[in-house]
Amino acid sequence: MSGLHYHYEVPGDDVTRAGEASGAIKSTLKKLGFDPGVVRKVAIAMYEGEINLVIHGGGGVIDVEIDGEKVTMVLEDHGPGIPDVSKAMEEGWSTASDSARSLGFGAGMGLPNMKKNTDEMTVDSTVGVGTKVTMVVKLA
Amino acid sequence: MTGKELAAACGFELACGEGDRELGGKIYCGDLLSIVMGRAPADGLWVTVMGNLNSIAVAVLTDTACILLAEGMALDEDARARGEQQEVTVLRTPLPVYEAARAAAKALGVD
Ligand SMILES: Nc1ncnc2c1ncn2[C@@H]1O[C@H](COP(=O)(O)OP(=O)(O)OP(=O)(O)O)[C@@H](O)[C@H]1O
Ligand SMILES: [Mg+2]
Repeated sequence: MSGLHYHYEVPGDDVTRAGEASGAIKSTLKKLGFDPGVVRKVAIAMYEGEINLVIHGGGGVIDVEIDGEKVTMVLEDHGPGIPDVSKAMEEGWSTASDSARSLGFGAGMGLPNMKKNTDEMTVDSTVGVGTKVTMVVKLA
Repeated sequence: MTGKELAAACGFELACGEGDRELGGKIYCGDLLSIVMGRAPADGLWVTVMGNLNSIAVAVLTDTACILLAEGMALDEDARARGEQQEVTVLRTPLPVYEAARAAAKALGVD
């Protein structure tokens, strides 16, 4: 099965637009008749990733693949990278700026939420090069 | 009970949306969006002081039935426009978060 493929460009300078890609995927999955629990998991994981792209990664791209078994989300940026990924994965760890915090971000719960709501998640990050996050939510 | 009925019962202002969605009975209070993302119950009432565009996105993505803006916090104009478009109900009250949630709990019979 070749599946459905969606591509999004996420601008890095506009937090107000963050959520458009995850919102679009959410309504697509809903229309396709996916289980509401699966839809919610994908929506939460993708929104957190999308916000991180914007507030930490300087913007980037998201590719979503939907097939009969799973939803795969790949988020990639060419931002500063993450020096210590296991530290970043800890609940409460955050380097969010004051402006991001004033909008309600910076609890340090984004990556842990992504982990919790997906069946597989890998973070490949190189300082000075960028970050690639791959997440899989299984349908069954 | 719908959002509109809750507004009438508690004297909350209907600031956005039709308010005709049914509330499931669960109430969640919080402001840091990724904590809310992890905890807000589907079909629930979310009590917060954050009235910006990102709050609307979080409500949509978590299937929150209704946002209750406490402490008389304003709903940003762009957030209101997006909320209308995405059919998100937002209520407002001058009450602090705890009192707002208590009033809602009483009205919803989940006190
Ligand atoms: N794409 C990225 N590029 C660079 N750094 C990142 C990226 N994603 C996450 N980080 C780093 O990992 C930390 C933890 O991320 P996480 O999403 O868990 O929390 P947060 O974004 O700081 O706050 P929250 O998500 O709770 O609003 C961030 O503060 C940042 O230092
Ligand atoms: Mg984050």
